[in-house]
Amino acid sequence: MSSAVSAMKIHQPLPLPTTATRSPETPLFDPFKSNSSFLGSTHKLRINSLKSASSGYRRSAVVAVSDVVKEKKLNNSSMVNLITKEEGLELYEDMVLGRAFEDMCAQMYYRGKMFGFVHLYNGQEAVSTGFIKLLKKEDSVCSTYRDHVHALSKGVPARAVMSELFGKTTGCCRGQGGSMHMFSKEHNVLGGFAFIGEGIPVATGAAFSSKYRREVLKEADCDHVTVAFFGDGTSNNGQFFECLNMAALWKLPIIFVVENNLWAIGMSHLRATSDPEIWKKGPAFGMPGVHVDGMDVLKVREVAKEAVGRARRGEGPTLVECETYRFRGHSLADPDELRDPAEKAHYAKRDPITALKKYMTENNLASEAELKAIEKKIDELIEEAVEFADASPHPSRSQLLQNVFADPKGFGIGPDGKYRCEDPKFTEGTAHV
Amino acid sequence: MLDVYFRNKLTELQDLSKLKVRKLKITNCENLDTVNEVPGCNSIVEEETNSTDSDEEIYSTDDDDDDDDDDDDDDDEGEEEEEESAKEGKTRALFGAIHPRNSVRCIRSKMAAIMQGIGAATALSSSSSSFDSKGFQLPSVKYFPERKATSLVVRSDGRLIPGSNLNARNVSGRLVTNAVAAKADTSATSTASKTGHELLLFEALREGLEEEMDRDPHVCVVGEDVGHYGGSYKVTKDLAPKYGDLRVLDTPIAENAFTGMAIGAAMTGLRPIVEGMNMGFLLLAYNQISNNCGMLHYTSGGQFTIPVVIRGPGGVGRQLGAEHSQRLESYFQSIPGIQMVACSTPYNAKGLMKAAIRSENPVILFEHVLLYNLKERIPDEEYVLSLEEAEMVRPGEHITILTYSRMRYHVMQAAKTLVNKGYDPEVIDIRSLKPFDLYTIGNSIKKTHRVLIVEECMRTGGIGASLTAAINENFNDYLDAPVMCLSSQDVPTPYAGTLEEWTVVQPAQIVTAVEQLCQ
Repeated sequence: MSSAVSAMKIHQPLPLPTTATRSPETPLFDPFKSNSSFLGSTHKLRINSLKSASSGYRRSAVVAVSDVVKEKKLNNSSMVNLITKEEGLELYEDMVLGRAFEDMCAQMYYRGKMFGFVHLYNGQEAVSTGFIKLLKKEDSVCSTYRDHVHALSKGVPARAVMSELFGKTTGCCRGQGGSMHMFSKEHNVLGGFAFIGEGIPVATGAAFSSKYRREVLKEADCDHVTVAFFGDGTSNNGQFFECLNMAALWKLPIIFVVENNLWAIGMSHLRATSDPEIWKKGPAFGMPGVHVDGMDVLKVREVAKEAVGRARRGEGPTLVECETYRFRGHSLADPDELRDPAEKAHYAKRDPITALKKYMTENNLASEAELKAIEKKIDELIEEAVEFADASPHPSRSQLLQNVFADPKGFGIGPDGKYRCEDPKFTEGTAHV
Repeated sequence: MLDVYFRNKLTELQDLSKLKVRKLKITNCENLDTVNEVPGCNSIVEEETNSTDSDEEIYSTDDDDDDDDDDDDDDDEGEEEEEESAKEGKTRALFGAIHPRNSVRCIRSKMAAIMQGIGAATALSSSSSSFDSKGFQLPSVKYFPERKATSLVVRSDGRLIPGSNLNARNVSGRLVTNAVAAKADTSATSTASKTGHELLLFEALREGLEEEMDRDPHVCVVGEDVGHYGGSYKVTKDLAPKYGDLRVLDTPIAENAFTGMAIGAAMTGLRPIVEGMNMGFLLLAYNQISNNCGMLHYTSGGQFTIPVVIRGPGGVGRQLGAEHSQRLESYFQSIPGIQMVACSTPYNAKGLMKAAIRSENPVILFEHVLLYNLKERIPDEEYVLSLEEAEMVRPGEHITILTYSRMRYHVMQAAKTLVNKGYDPEVIDIRSLKPFDLYTIGNSIKKTHRVLIVEECMRTGGIGASLTAAINENFNDYLDAPVMCLSSQDVPTPYAGTLEEWTVVQPAQIVTAVEQLCQ
């Protein structure tokens, strides 16, 4: 494994107790034996990617990010200074919040408190925490349907998210959005999109807004960045490529984060993609493409720092591929029979929360007791969120026709000459429009 | 007298070198007085003198006039023409500069106008001249003599076809030269002011756009070729040099993505206007328009507004082929959360553009490829029209004709004929395709009790279909006859000019429909 470690040091300076390889012994699918370098061990992939020079530009683009980290690494003799204690606790708390919340969601779903499609984020917390905890409140986050934890990391209160899932009027979207549409104007969570790929242009628009403010409206200190999260399946979608092009073209302050958990419902990433290395698609459009171990929050955070810094300085977008895994099925309706148990076990060993816990305790950043206290606090928070959601009222009928239009005159003029929205039945929600 | 009139007009327009015929019709855009142009109506004339199209135009003459009356009419007609041209403050439409891209189209429209102008003049005049079949050169324009029970069916190749007997039941014995019996609603006209400036429809759109961009720095334009190229129909001409490349953003060809980008920008505080180079291209952006543009305000619980304007030219043009001749209003009308408006005159184009930009709702503004060169005098003062209201084009008593966009002109063309036959149609340009202005429409139905809907949309699931349903639901008691809806055929628009013409509703069909409804 030494070669793995040395390669990892480039942008993963932290030797974690777990291995960095995917299933090292058994290839996942026979037809891809020829591609075994990817399947067999991703660490080998990283060496290859750094050494291969299909184009000088490409290589420099990839290495650019890792070089910075490498330098930082070399400057720090000890690896402990990656995070301070406060930062560590913050990261830990955030990841535990995400995990506990999602587990509670599963419970509530099976108790019949929430319905429809609920997609849980267990196992991928490192990506959300690693990126979002570096953002300011004014920065925007755009996600897909697997958005509970992104909203939580960005600062949306757990009770608001839980109420939204229960469909109550106190939810962050007044119960009108649901699991797949988490929005928060206050915390700049731009959604929550049910169709994959749909959110990427919206994120690009938010980044465009930021650039517009800086250059046209002359708000000189506007350096808001946008982070767009999406999955491996989305990286085959046209909107993804169109947005990569536009973002790189106009140097928009956006970071495209691919949460590559290898599965799009039941479709393996390797079966769906001609070139499974998604980070390569960045340099094709003129932006750096970085591959990072998404099960390690500290590595993600390092890469994120660089990418966010780039965006803030106006240097343009970055494509970050996070190799991660979801411990549960695609959604609560997914029986999850297709994935190899060995693969699941392999990634379970790389649980980001356990990894961070181990790191913090081993480096004396925090004691077991402190971490336990955090876990307890989060449990209480989640319980309270559930109670709050339970106690919240369902939306009343009058809410039916609200929010369809920002300006309700859009419902038009009725036969009596008055605007429909002035009709009392309208505000009651019983009018037919 | 008419001869002189046209000759004078000819000399004014010598520089239209592409046209064999050097004559333009002056038309009153909003009142559609005496002579009217119908953009794209009927005549398709080749640029060469040998015009071989087989379009027809039907003009009716007063078949009961005696020769005595004819002379009177002729005199009156001539006087009226001169009066008209001398009047100020009356809005006129003139086919102005030929747009480079639309040169052929414009020529054809102009030819159409000329054809109709000639036709109308022919119908109204009693001088004994005959129609010249070879390219309408002015000096050789002749007019057919009056006949009894005539309908003048003039083919664009010049052959005259004795048409069906159209009885002109003009009670007064005089030919009615004005289709508009009275002035339209003050809200829709600018005739009160003698000042104002003349411009073409695309210039009116640009003016509205520019005024809004000056007023609010958050307003920006996003689209293909809107910046350096100035817009494929020149609606955004000269805006990029003025406002910069970021405010008038030239995008790559990625409709879905840049529409989504505009929506994201709108969510974060900007007010973008998305231009679809042709409305049909917005089919590629349907995902974003439906899911995000229409629904995001709702699914976010009202947190984010999407004050975006999506605009572009659509409709059947001049042999543009099936994919460039689409009418998307029927596809978009089901999307909850958006408003749709269609402009038809420079006056309402500018007003609706401004209203759409100022609206907090997402608005889709439908323009028409053939209407960009309509000319009208619009007020100098700033004005904003209501997005939800319909426009009364011509008040009447016998039948309500509901229409929008280009079909407005076909209807007014037909109205001319109908008036000469003694009918009094009330023409309403519904303007707001979603939601319908049921108040104006309802009041009209309560007066006339008969409804004809004329649209360019497809028959199935089109605006007419929705409007028919809405009328039947709300005003069933007031109807004396079933609502009739004339729409385009459910056919992909063919390239061939003759076929294309038959897919779209023509004035003759409108006349027939009205007669049928009013029996």
